[in-house]
Amino acid sequence: MPKMTLSHFEAAVLFALFTSIVLGVVTKKTDNDRLRYGLRSFAYFMAALIGLGWLMHFGHG
Amino acid sequence: MATKAITTKQPMPPLKLWAPAVGVAWLIPGGGHFMLKRPGRGYLILLSVTAMFLLGLMMRGAMFQPQTGDILTTLIYCGGFIGDLSSGLLYLLSTWLGYAQPDVAGHVHDYGTKFLVAAGLLNILGMVDAFEIATGKKS
Repeated sequence: MPKMTLSHFEAAVLFALFTSIVLGVVTKKTDNDRLRYGLRSFAYFMAALIGLGWLMHFGHG
Repeated sequence: MATKAITTKQPMPPLKLWAPAVGVAWLIPGGGHFMLKRPGRGYLILLSVTAMFLLGLMMRGAMFQPQTGDILTTLIYCGGFIGDLSSGLLYLLSTWLGYAQPDVAGHVHDYGTKFLVAAGLLNILGMVDAFEIATGKKS
């Protein structure tokens, strides 16, 4: 098994992507709703990731 | 005037109706959906859970072993073990083939450990979805 080194950002984006796919698949009842929920979930993950990243950046001074 | 809520407990659906689908969904991520003729959703779950698990292995994440002690230790190690085990065959094969990464410091290993657990947790969501489809609560 090859070894992989990812940055914090890359790992968090991949985590957000796969989690959003499954959340979209299992949560809603129609394909259209699933797609929209998955995309919205991914957008929320990214907003939290970037927001918290900047918060930590400014918190460190 | 206070109103009294009437709650009726729904009977558990027969085991033979949902157990095969949930069992297959545990062993093979998305397998329950394939069994229940929902291949599109099955492929998405299979792709996501497998990719997350393989990324966890490639980042050399550690597998949890159940440990007891104070409440936090019990929660983390037993919960982590259940999360790892929930990936089904992916977990069983990797441990049978000798994957035993020690828990070492570093953000990549740490993410790997979380990816391995999260893959199992996502598979639990897939199992619950397979249960709901098999029992007719969902299409």
